[in-house]
Amino acid sequence: MGMTIAEKIIAAAAGKSCVRAGDIETVTLDYMMSNDGTTHLTIDMYNKLVSPHISDKDKLIWIVDHNVPSDSVKTAASHKKMRDFARENDITLWEGRGVCHQIMMEHYVCPGQLIFGADSHTCAYGALGAFGTGVGCTDYLYAMVTGQSWLLVPPTLRFNLHGQLRDGVCARDLILSIIKMISASGASYKAMEFGGDGLASLSIADRICICNLCVEAGAKTGLMEVDDKALAYLEERGRVPKQVFAPDADASYEQVYEIDLEDIVPVVAKPHFVDNVVPASECRDVKIDEAFLGSCSNGRIEDLRAGAKVIKGRKVAPKVRFLVVPASKEVYIQAAEEGLLEIFMEAGAIVMNPNCSVCWGSCQGVIGAGETLISTGTRNFKGRAGSPDSFVYLASAPTVTASAVMGRIATADQL
Amino acid sequence: MIKDFTARLWKLGDDIDTDIIIPTEYLAFPTVEEMKGYAFSPLRPELAGMIRPGDCIVAGRNFGCGSSREQAPEVLKALGISCIVAGSFARIFFRNAINNGLLLIENADLHDAVQEGDVISVRANEYIEANGMRFGIASLPENLVEILDAGGLVKAMRHRNGVE
Repeated sequence: MGMTIAEKIIAAAAGKSCVRAGDIETVTLDYMMSNDGTTHLTIDMYNKLVSPHISDKDKLIWIVDHNVPSDSVKTAASHKKMRDFARENDITLWEGRGVCHQIMMEHYVCPGQLIFGADSHTCAYGALGAFGTGVGCTDYLYAMVTGQSWLLVPPTLRFNLHGQLRDGVCARDLILSIIKMISASGASYKAMEFGGDGLASLSIADRICICNLCVEAGAKTGLMEVDDKALAYLEERGRVPKQVFAPDADASYEQVYEIDLEDIVPVVAKPHFVDNVVPASECRDVKIDEAFLGSCSNGRIEDLRAGAKVIKGRKVAPKVRFLVVPASKEVYIQAAEEGLLEIFMEAGAIVMNPNCSVCWGSCQGVIGAGETLISTGTRNFKGRAGSPDSFVYLASAPTVTASAVMGRIATADQL
Repeated sequence: MIKDFTARLWKLGDDIDTDIIIPTEYLAFPTVEEMKGYAFSPLRPELAGMIRPGDCIVAGRNFGCGSSREQAPEVLKALGISCIVAGSFARIFFRNAINNGLLLIENADLHDAVQEGDVISVRANEYIEANGMRFGIASLPENLVEILDAGGLVKAMRHRNGVE
């Protein structure tokens, strides 16, 4: 019996030739990423250990991205703790240069790796064929000190993608439609594996968006088959795969889904849950107060190009705030060079520094009671973007931008 | 060895996410003690103030979905929650709760059979008794029991290494 991609990566990380869904394995990690959401807690715990040491400092990547630059004295204190500890222990620290997952994709992630991140959206790394999974700070601490952790080998749901998305339909629409189909807990404890003839039509940015949001179906990780496009992305950045794992033809899947990409339409996830997904056309009467284009899901150059194409020569609707937040320094500079930032600013958008922004309801752009946000962020939980009495809709970059122009939820073809 | 106990219950629904358990705006507080009064505040602002040490939570499916923020199980532990019984748990929350010594029990039927304020009796690894009915529960693996007994993963590591 063959293995899935998840099983192969875990087997390699456990030093075994074969593992099966349901096995519990001790694995050696390739990277451990942590951000300013919880690193200060990890440091507090570390300092309470008896003669602690770091297993391999070169595997630790720390990124200040959630509240950057600091927005309060409390945040400044937790950042200082992170910065000081990183300096004292010679840990790589990125600050203000992008959202953690985007930095990991641009600089570190390679096919075949097993990566822990103290952030739930670490599952994004599967876009390049790496097993990324989110952990809390205690699991992170254990990994940081021992270089290892334990993992339950997840059963895998296989998604065979066919054809290609229609014009104006995005990877965001695809993954939200999948989450609706299997529900917000439909992949709990499981891996979601993507392949099929339709994969080739998806950009790396699309793949990151899809894998990133797998956790919103409860998944432990999302994994794409590695193809020439993925290898070209790595090569451009001077990296080589650890190992490229393809699933075996006789791999055992818990379920196999056949998805025709041409069937996908623009959708939105309505408040207050990510699987509350309907066609965007059903929400045309929903007025918005703010729109957000950014985040680890959709803050890449492709998303900014899609937004700029929609808003060029138009204006943000009166009384609407439109926040545009490139996901990294690289994306920011590229967008500036292509004139995209100018297009957004001329239209009346507020262009922010790379950070997590209103996606996680802190730092900037939080919304007040009774207000409505349409967002390319990751979640629309009650209170996620600010007041518990506010409303968050999730949608693709073009839909969010078209909504910013119209002042109500709209798709780009309605402009 | 998890001890048997009884607990007054607070009842919540499906998909109780981490941002409900502890909203982002309170994560900047330096200690969990300062945060705990805001647990569940987007859903029921009064709840944290009414929870007494030893109380438990009975919820539907997918409890703890969302963020990896470990403050979520930490605030529940700090409020003195004795255990959470839910139809199912999101996986990151599950690990975080065990790592903080917070007992989780999966049972899909209890939720519909109890009302808020009822008292349940937990017979470890065997059953939960409520309103004269018994609901079977699975036993936890030994390694997780060791972590729970110690009060969390860090304390268990210290026990194992003979430090405490």
